[in-house]
Amino acid sequence: MQKIFKKPQSMTKIPMRYCPGCGHAIVHRLIAEVIDEFDIKERTIGIAPVGCAVFLDEYLNCDMIQVAHGRCPAAATGMKRVRPDVIVFSYQGDGDLAAIGTAETIHAATRGENFTVIFINNAIYGMTGGQQAPTTMPKQKTTTSVYGRDPKIHGYPIKVCEMLSALDGPVYLERVALNKAANVLRAKRALKKAFRIQLDGLGFSLVEILSPCPTGWGLTPRKACEYVDEKMISYYPLGVYKDLTQKKPT
Amino acid sequence: MKQEVIIAGFGGQGVIKAGVLLATAAMVEKKHCTHFPSYGAEMRGGTANCSVIVSTSEIASPIVTNPDTVIAMNEPSFDKFQPKVKKGGLLIYNSSLISKKPNRNDIEILAVPANEIAEGLGTPKSANMVVIGAYVAKARPVTLKNIKSSLPKVFPGKEKFLAVNKNALDKGTELV
Amino acid sequence: MNKRKRLSPKSSKPKRSMLKTKYKTGERMLMKGNEALAEGAVRAGCRFFAGYPITPQNEIPEYLSWRLFEVGGTFIQAESEISAINMLFGASAVGARVMTSSSGCGISLKQEGISYMTAAELPCFYASVVRGGPGLGNISPAQSDYFQSTRGGAQGDYRVICLAPNSVQEMGNFPKLAYDLADKYRNPAMVLADGLLGQMMEPMGFTFDFIDVDKLPPKDYILTGCKNRKRRIINTLRMDSDRLEKFNWKLYEKYKRIKENEVRYEERYTDDADIIIVAYGTAARVSIDTLVRGREEGIKIGLIRPITLWPFPRKIINELASRVENFLVVEMSIGQLIEDVQLAVEGKAKIHFHGRPGGNVPTGEEVLKAVKQALK
Repeated sequence: MQKIFKKPQSMTKIPMRYCPGCGHAIVHRLIAEVIDEFDIKERTIGIAPVGCAVFLDEYLNCDMIQVAHGRCPAAATGMKRVRPDVIVFSYQGDGDLAAIGTAETIHAATRGENFTVIFINNAIYGMTGGQQAPTTMPKQKTTTSVYGRDPKIHGYPIKVCEMLSALDGPVYLERVALNKAANVLRAKRALKKAFRIQLDGLGFSLVEILSPCPTGWGLTPRKACEYVDEKMISYYPLGVYKDLTQKKPT
Repeated sequence: MKQEVIIAGFGGQGVIKAGVLLATAAMVEKKHCTHFPSYGAEMRGGTANCSVIVSTSEIASPIVTNPDTVIAMNEPSFDKFQPKVKKGGLLIYNSSLISKKPNRNDIEILAVPANEIAEGLGTPKSANMVVIGAYVAKARPVTLKNIKSSLPKVFPGKEKFLAVNKNALDKGTELV
Repeated sequence: MNKRKRLSPKSSKPKRSMLKTKYKTGERMLMKGNEALAEGAVRAGCRFFAGYPITPQNEIPEYLSWRLFEVGGTFIQAESEISAINMLFGASAVGARVMTSSSGCGISLKQEGISYMTAAELPCFYASVVRGGPGLGNISPAQSDYFQSTRGGAQGDYRVICLAPNSVQEMGNFPKLAYDLADKYRNPAMVLADGLLGQMMEPMGFTFDFIDVDKLPPKDYILTGCKNRKRRIINTLRMDSDRLEKFNWKLYEKYKRIKENEVRYEERYTDDADIIIVAYGTAARVSIDTLVRGREEGIKIGLIRPITLWPFPRKIINELASRVENFLVVEMSIGQLIEDVQLAVEGKAKIHFHGRPGGNVPTGEEVLKAVKQALK
């Protein structure tokens, strides 16, 4: 019998311990597939964040490093400048990338560092118990905004792709979602493009992934996917926010 | 032998560089030396001074509180450092820019019209070399020969000013 | 996809042809402390610097911004000290000899990253050119960051090897020692200077040859991509408490070895001393003046100058305390070094204190007065 679906080589045999319906596992697999398809496992270094995905290094079968909360883009900068030939990706959540590490994100992007950022936006702090994130949407309830996020009290969320698209440094910025199969495939295409850009030495690429957190949101996995569809995508529109590869070379 | 000097003036008068030249000549003579700069908050036009120590034995602190010599290039420096000269020490002051008369009678005093002399040589910026010439001739912390041979080290890439600076140094020595 | 010209920062891999030794070993030069430190670091193999400007250490990044370029290294003026230290974390993880420099306020921000590096057992070198504190303080020389340097300040049971130069000669030559120790023990090592040592000029000469970074011993823990080997993981999260306890005991053993093997100090006239001054860095230089003046007057002063502040030269001070009745601690703070001296003396001798905090430097004369007062 022909085997048409198998585990990517870039994944370890360790079973993932994420909650049912969590988006992390899907993204981990997509990354592994992309690494396999480019055959770059032996030259890739992944950066794990602080948050649920801190255990990323158990699941991906390549050199891995875990970095202080929010500082992945700084560490990635150090690695790429010393070893331009390794492929570096950072895996960051919304607190990591858009709260404590906002400065590192913006400055790595504007310097045009040649690495790839994978940004998991689930609009909540999953690991610490569902607190408000910088991407929590207005009216969304969290354990630190129990009546729902009120912009008059809590301020507005940060729209990362929109914000970074104002900079000259980034080469490629796209927002994708994981709520249905077609979108998962789009997410993979985006990841692949981001890695391609790095392989070609073109510069900074970031893929923002709207990812369900059923536990943090208090929803079933199915309802969480619907929540992405109904609430998140309308606030965080999907699409390409910047793509310098589409322009003619100057 | 131990000679402590404070060279003080406006930022831009070359007092720090004059000190570096002195310290370099001391190094050439294999003497111990330190150079410690002090700037005002302003980059230009503020006050600047440096302390230089030349010694035949190990130098402890590079900070000079009561120098053997003060070289004052402008009036604020004159006011500030004249009282600090060690009893029996030496005050060299730039009489081109300082109209006041010294009030110490327990020290040796040398008035040097440094700016006039430098302008006479066609290079107003060499006023610092004039006073260094006078200081070296008077106090002999290092030889004039070694001061001159240190010029290319201290002003690399400015060989065209070499002759002028040597001239200014000579003019300074002639005053003593 | 269109192939575009490279948009990202260019490769910064050192090219052999680009190496420039610049100075001959032993050649005497008049150098500023900060510049000697920067050149010394490059000479010792530094190829990656990230930092953020702060007075009184700005000559270090200014010098390295062009000098590292000459040798094919990388200089980054980071967006913050926090980012800078994490750039070092990444650069050290892939094998470079890395460096940052700052003053107390900036080191405060870097300490979390330094804790991470001790936890990841990554080597790194940094310099702290101390200014007056606390808060924004001032830009004058001070020694008020002794605790910050020798006790850490970030989370966890960790230590940093701390070298305290007292001359431009040592400013230029200690980076090599720091790199060697950092690599040997896989732990950060630092140079603790102050504004005076950073700003002053003195004749100095390098005592070691320009190091070819390609010839440094290979590191078997760095990340390079897992070609032809098992993959490597650098992770400072050790959730299992038994595992974390084991790691901490490993650090304990390592720090014990450092304490046994790496203590350095300078000893002057302790043989017949009636009083021993303990001071480091600038305060030690001032105290040499006191020692000479005192001996001229017949006062038998000795001096212990700790060169490694951690590991602290505890044994020699303890031994001297058995036969010398008085110790005078001289430091440019309200009393930090004195606590290490107290621990070393173990109550066997009287400990006196002369401090000048706030950016003021004591004079040899005033320290002599303190000596006389102590001997009364």
